[in-house]
Amino acid sequence: MKTLSDLRAIKEKAKKEMAAREQSAKYRIVVAMGTCGIAAGARTVMSAILDEISKRNIANAVVTQTGCLGFCDQEPLIQIIQTDKNVTTTYGKIDSETARKIIYEHVMNDRVVSNHVFMHQ
Amino acid sequence: MHRIHILIAMDAHTISQGARSIKDAMSRELALAGLADEVRVVETGSLGIYDKGVVLVVFPDGVYYVGVKMEDVSEIISEHLIKGRIVERLHYLDIPTEEATMGDKSARIGKQVRVVLKNAGVIDPESIEEYIAHDGYEALGKALTEMKPEQVMEEVKASGMQGRGGAFFPTGVKWGFAAREKSDEKYIICNADEGEPGTFKDRLILEGDPHAVIEGMALAGFAVGAHQGYVYIRGEYRMSINRMQKAIEQARKHGLLGKNIFGSSFSFDLDIREGAGAYICGEETALIESIEGKRGEPRNKPPFPPSVGLWGKPTIVNNVETLANVPQIILKGAKWYRSMGTENSPGTKVFTMVGNINNPGLIEVPMGITLREIIYDIGHGIPEGKEFLLAQLGGTTGGILTREHLDLPLAVDSLRNAGAGMGSGALLVVDDSQCIVDLVKTFVEFFVHESCGICTLCREGNGRLLEILERMSDGKGKQDDLRLMEELANAMLRGAFCGLGQAAPIPILGCLRYFRSEFEQHLQGACRAGKCELHAENEAAA
Repeated sequence: MKTLSDLRAIKEKAKKEMAAREQSAKYRIVVAMGTCGIAAGARTVMSAILDEISKRNIANAVVTQTGCLGFCDQEPLIQIIQTDKNVTTTYGKIDSETARKIIYEHVMNDRVVSNHVFMHQ
Repeated sequence: MHRIHILIAMDAHTISQGARSIKDAMSRELALAGLADEVRVVETGSLGIYDKGVVLVVFPDGVYYVGVKMEDVSEIISEHLIKGRIVERLHYLDIPTEEATMGDKSARIGKQVRVVLKNAGVIDPESIEEYIAHDGYEALGKALTEMKPEQVMEEVKASGMQGRGGAFFPTGVKWGFAAREKSDEKYIICNADEGEPGTFKDRLILEGDPHAVIEGMALAGFAVGAHQGYVYIRGEYRMSINRMQKAIEQARKHGLLGKNIFGSSFSFDLDIREGAGAYICGEETALIESIEGKRGEPRNKPPFPPSVGLWGKPTIVNNVETLANVPQIILKGAKWYRSMGTENSPGTKVFTMVGNINNPGLIEVPMGITLREIIYDIGHGIPEGKEFLLAQLGGTTGGILTREHLDLPLAVDSLRNAGAGMGSGALLVVDDSQCIVDLVKTFVEFFVHESCGICTLCREGNGRLLEILERMSDGKGKQDDLRLMEELANAMLRGAFCGLGQAAPIPILGCLRYFRSEFEQHLQGACRAGKCELHAENEAAA
């Protein structure tokens, strides 16, 4: 390392790897992982989301999981929470393809994918 | 991508509770559950929670678990990590969420402000990359590419930071003494010979964030013109030594120690020297003697180390906590530093809170906070409904504070007026079931053991004080004993050769001042707390 920009390159890379520990991410992506969710395919959805985020270099989102949301027939469900505005969008009947689309449209470009929205509050 | 980071606190305490096997079990079971690619298990320094067994945090949820046992590992994985249900049984809620932020990174946690400890329990201390991710080595880079050595020194001077080893001498002024000296060689020493009973802050700083100390030392070296530093760590601190060694090697590999750092003309390197556990070697000149390979005995002062130190060369000896503050002062400026604490005591102070307290542990608070806030708000008060009797601040040589001092702001000047000092940062809380004579006896036993014997007042003074206290707690005290104790203690205070002998009588005089009646009671054959077995002839009468 010879310059400040060498240092900053290491910094940016390490920061990305540590993003999960930041409590200030703009989006929290919550995958419902109750028995119902898992049975309906939540694990594949989760893998697709993680893959999409890392492929697209998204740094302002964290992925977490929750239990049954009480709408088992709508599973797999995911919630996109915009933390600064405290707005929660719940998407239902997701597969890995729609999950990837939601990451691109909603998380990257702030556009709600309206035909999959189950609840918005 | 790792969507979940599990941070397991690895400090001496949690390791003794089995943190290492929990971590291994966690990694093993995650692999079995097919989550190895999604969940990362990270070792980190102390999370500031003490006495609660193995502690870990699950991010991004920020959920703390304490007292984690082997049999809990699979439950945490299947419940929390897979189904998102918090294991309430182990959930620790006493971690107040970040309420506000001061500056950019230093989160204010309840009444605590984390500056020195900002990375402890947040990063993996064995990863230089994680330190860099949290602005690490940015200050060194800034200093070496944009500043002159005098500017670095002036910034530290302007910050008003005082040495955190216990003497609270202004750090920038000390650096100025060494910078003025003309010499072919100068040295920076980090004093990590933390020997004060009840103090373990330097150890947790070193275990949690070793690179901050390295960066602080390099900045000190740049400011005064030194090219070599030594970290003097007491030998018992195995983990601090190992982590520091690893950190030094990583810094060398990245060119952050060694020749021409950041492409500048500045070269600086570090080595570790291990202490053998003598209390006196925390005294800076005894420490220097020890590094030189001699018996750890204090030198005559003056000359002071900034003029004549290690191998006769100008030497700066700074405490771990002092050095860990330096990078942030350079990065954020003296003004930022002065925004915390009081006018005459800026910044924060790391304390280790021990004794009769509900929530013992490592805390960092702004200077000027009151004892009441520390004991009752952060420490959650005294257990078992007992009453606060006294606090000893600064380790065994620390002054005594009683109920009347609960609302005194803890700052260097206000404490000095109360006859106490902040010392090394140990805060011993004592409840009203303890006996003062018994307590003072414990202090003096320690000094009898640790006196190096070089001067009569310390060697004999402590021995005679112990004699008097022993006969007092046996119920054989003489009416003249209190006067004798005071006379001896005052003579030591004025005449002992070094800081140890001079400070040893401070808690004794404090107790005599505030709890004189309890000593008198013992002379009459009564012990309020029932700790002393009084065998005197007058026992029946009492």
